[in-house]
Order: sequence, then C-alpha cells, then structure tokens
Amino acid sequence: MATYAVRRLAALALVLIAASILTFMIIHLVPGDPVLLMLGPGTTLSSAAIDRLRAELGFNLPLYTQYWIWLMGVLHGNFGQSIQQSMPVSTLIGQNIWYTVRLTIASMIVTIILGVLAGVVAAMNRGTWADLATMVVSLIGLSMPSFWLALLLIYVFAVKIQIFPVFGGTTHSAIVLPSVALGIGGAGVVARFVRSAMLEVVNQQYILVARSKGLSERVVMLKHVFRNAVIPVLAVVGLQVGYLLSGTVIIEEVFGRPGIGHLLVSSILDKDFPTVQAIVILVTLMYALTNLAVDFSYALIDPRIVYA
Amino acid sequence: MLNPAVEPDAAKVADSAGLSVRARTFRAAMRHPSIRFGGAIILAIVIACFGAPLFMHANPDLQNPLSTFLPPSWAHPFGTDDLGRDVLERVLYGGRYTMVGSVVAVFIGVVGGLVLGVVAGYAGGMVDMVIMRAMDIVLAFPGILSALAITAILGPSLRNTVIAIGVAGIPGFCRIMYAATVQAKTFTYVEAARAQGSPVVRMMRQHVLPAVFAQVIVSATTGLGIGVLSIAGLGFLGLGVQPPTPEWGAILNEGQQFLQNAWWIGIFPGIFITLFVIAVNVVGDGLRDVLDPTLRGRG
Repeated sequence: MATYAVRRLAALALVLIAASILTFMIIHLVPGDPVLLMLGPGTTLSSAAIDRLRAELGFNLPLYTQYWIWLMGVLHGNFGQSIQQSMPVSTLIGQNIWYTVRLTIASMIVTIILGVLAGVVAAMNRGTWADLATMVVSLIGLSMPSFWLALLLIYVFAVKIQIFPVFGGTTHSAIVLPSVALGIGGAGVVARFVRSAMLEVVNQQYILVARSKGLSERVVMLKHVFRNAVIPVLAVVGLQVGYLLSGTVIIEEVFGRPGIGHLLVSSILDKDFPTVQAIVILVTLMYALTNLAVDFSYALIDPRIVYA
Repeated sequence: MLNPAVEPDAAKVADSAGLSVRARTFRAAMRHPSIRFGGAIILAIVIACFGAPLFMHANPDLQNPLSTFLPPSWAHPFGTDDLGRDVLERVLYGGRYTMVGSVVAVFIGVVGGLVLGVVAGYAGGMVDMVIMRAMDIVLAFPGILSALAITAILGPSLRNTVIAIGVAGIPGFCRIMYAATVQAKTFTYVEAARAQGSPVVRMMRQHVLPAVFAQVIVSATTGLGIGVLSIAGLGFLGLGVQPPTPEWGAILNEGQQFLQNAWWIGIFPGIFITLFVIAVNVVGDGLRDVLDPTLRGRG
C-alpha cells in the first residue's frame, strides 16, 4: 500500500507540473502582447513606458525562466497581482475560496444523500412503480441544466414563497438553494448507478445464501447488497467532484454568491490572466487531491482490495 | 477466447442467409421503445427549430418597443422579452445554434478521441504512453475548466465555445476508445488478421473500428447530452453567442435578469434544453441495450 501511495503521488506530481505549464501558457497563448492585454485597450502609456513595464514584469525573459519565476511564486503562495482589482491575487482568492468549498461540500452532501436514497429505493422495489418513478425523476434531474433548476428554485422559493434568501452568500440558509441546484444533477447520476450496482450484486450467490439463512429482505438489501455495491458507487461519486467544482462557476453566477467560480468568470471576461491562472491551478490541485483520496478510500472500504 | 456476450460471433458475421449484422442491429434499434420515444422527441424539436422560418417570422431579432414583457398569450405563446421580441421565435431559432454547436463539439471530441484512442490502443509502447499521459494531463483539469480556459484564450463566441468544449472532450472519448481498442486486439479474428500480415491501416479500418463502433455510438450519445448542457452553460455565462443572436443558454441568461417580472423568458428555453437532453439520454440508453446489453453491464 505504501509503495502504491508513493507511486500515485509521484505520478500526480508529474501531471500537476505538466498542468501548471499549460496553465502558465494561458496568458501567452492569447493572441497579442501580454503586456498590452494587461493594460487594456484604453491605455495612454507611451511605447517607451510600455517597454519599460514589459522589462519590469519580466516578459522579456525567456519563457522557461518566466515559468520558473511563476512556479516559485505559486509554491510560496504568491500568484501575482490582479490586473482588475489591483490587489494580490492570493488575497482575492483567499476572500472567496471558502464560499466555494462550502458550496461544493454542501452540494456533494445533497448528491450523495438524494442519490443513494433514490437508488436504494429503486433497487429494493425493482419493477414496481416506485422504481420507475425514481428512475424517471433521476433522468429528469440529470438532464436539467443546473442553472435553469437554479432559476426555478429562485422563482419558487425566494420570489413567490420567500423562505430562502436569493442573493448573497453570508447566511447559513443562503447555501440551501445553490447546493440543491448544483447537487440534483449529480444525484440523478448517482441514483442510476446505485440502482444498477445493487442489481448486479443481487444476483450473486452470497445473497442467495443470506436469504436462505432467513434474513428479512430489508436486512439482505441494506446490509449485504448495499455494502458490496458501494465501490462502483464511490467511483461515480468521485467523478462528481469534478462536475461540482466546475459547476460552482455557474451556480455562483446565478445566485450572486461570492466564490472562486464567480471570480473565474469575471476574470475571464476582464482578461485578468494572473487570476485566471491562479484559480485554474488551484482548482486542478483540489480536484487531483480529491481523486487521490477517493482512490485510496477503495482500499480502506473493501478489505479484498490490495494495492501492490 | 471467444466470449459470446462481447466478441461478435464469427458465424453471425458471416450470415448470408439474411441481413447483415449491421442491418439487423439497425432494425432492432428502430423497434426499441426507448429509441422510438426519444427519437420522436428529438425529431420534433429539430423540426420545430429548423423549420421555424416556415411558420414564423424570418427575424427573431425583431424588436417591438411597444410590446415588451408581454406574458404568454395566443399571439405570443412564450411571451415577449425586454425588447419586445417574441420569446417562442427566439427559442426556436436559438435551438439551432445550441443543437448544431453541441453536435459539432461532440463530433470534434469523438473524432479526436477515436483517432488518438485507437492509435494509442493499437500501437502500444511509446506511442501509447505519450498519448495517454497527454490525455491524463488534460483530464487533470476538472469539468468545464478546460473549456473555460480555452474560451479565455480564444475569446467569447459560439465558434470558440464549440472548439473549447470539443477539444476538452477529446481525452474522455480517447480513454473510452483506447479501452475498446485494447479489448478488440484480444479478439481472435483480429489476431488472425494480424498474423496474416494485414497492413496496419487496413487492420484498423476493417477489424478494429467495427469492434469499437458500438462503444463510439453509445459514448457519442451520452456526450451529446453533456455537450448540449455545456454549450448552453457557457452561453448562459455570456461566453458563447453574443447578443443579439439567440441561443438557449444565452436566452436563459436574459431570463435570469428579468426573473421577477417576466418568468417566461427564463422558463421556456430551459424546458427545451431539458427535453432535448432527456430525449438524447433515453435514446442513448436504448442504443446501449440494443448494441450490447453487457456494454456497461447495467440492466
């Protein structure tokens, strides 16, 4: 297990380095001069001043040197200066990141609870209307655009009935609508998967044994079938993390919540590349670490799995 | 050895007494209830959107400052928006951009993924490693982040979001095609052709591709559903078509601004998106059943 862990971490480090190179290249892949892009179209600086600025910011250095400087800065938490907001990018991110983390976790909770419940209900009542109804609802849930569901929820709960706050993100109840909007899509996917994973297990020999032991159907389903179906379900849940992380971008926009998703979009529209680069590499890091954690959890949950 | 559930039965392939396997599969597909149901919905939406000029005005951008924010009525089934434009027309015309955009994006992803995946899977060795590691790197970026980054570089427009989503989708398809190719390499008839000394390209075309064909179809269908949601999503963020061009996601964006006064602008485009994606998913499920029930192993 330890050697596996080391190997995975080493592979992760390599992939992240490559990803960081790609991220760094973002500002250099945009057509046009990076300095002019940073200054914006209405700049009044003379070309001599621009050249001076270019030298100051290090754009005259060879690319690999620039990358190294950027990387060293990143590893020390220095992501440069935000063009639009005139403050260090790390401050900007620090102000926003916790909102996004909270939203992601809350949405994941919604996805897991709703998805697992629906999937178990469907599997236990296979062939009945409960099964059909749950699967139809799951299908609708995963086909809906999350931002549309968000608008529906806003309209019903915040405009008409006025229970939950609509905009902002500071109060506790403000997280309910956004996390539901974001989590339902994943819940639909998870529900379908849980159902099929459980149905696959249900045909196994050991379930027949459990039933012939005289265990009630409920115990058989919940104790034996579900536990063994958990592994593929965990895989799907792991995949949802990526979807949730990137989904916060849209949801934060709709609900006017602060967060790095919202920050990313405004940075793209404002051409604030240092911020874009910082957010991309941070989110990628979070995503990679979460995937690693999910992969390791397989071994913890299923004692049969041994990582060589 | 021959696994009858997965590897095409050699006898069936050579069946000359009836239709070819491909024709028979097609017939079975057309009879499948999911495919019929989903296909009907898709057809209805496509006809409505592309046939719009036949029964509506030719110009969805027609502004009418006198009739802004009209609720749904017989004259305007989906109401009007802030500039007096008929929302139904905009939704129908907008559907073209969303649907064509997602089809093109999926096409880019599938073709790119197919080429890279089959080459990597078939060649093995260094080529395999280089290609698959490159895919891993792109896959390190979650969800639409890659698409967002590419859009950031290229600038907001429908063309760029299509390219961004297509390219961001290549690694996913590549992985699937790679797995299918690697599996296909183990099939007896492929081994036989290889032993006969068939040239590589011919091998791929005649033997490997038909084997991965089923997987291509199913993945492409799932990808289309995701593609529509992505295109609409980026359109919603304002990164796709630029005003005044309609597109389902972009109209939803307008709908968001006026949600309190004019709920109809935001609700109807979303209904169309949802219906279309549901139909695509239903067809995808049906195709998976028909092409190979054990493909994803789920019943």
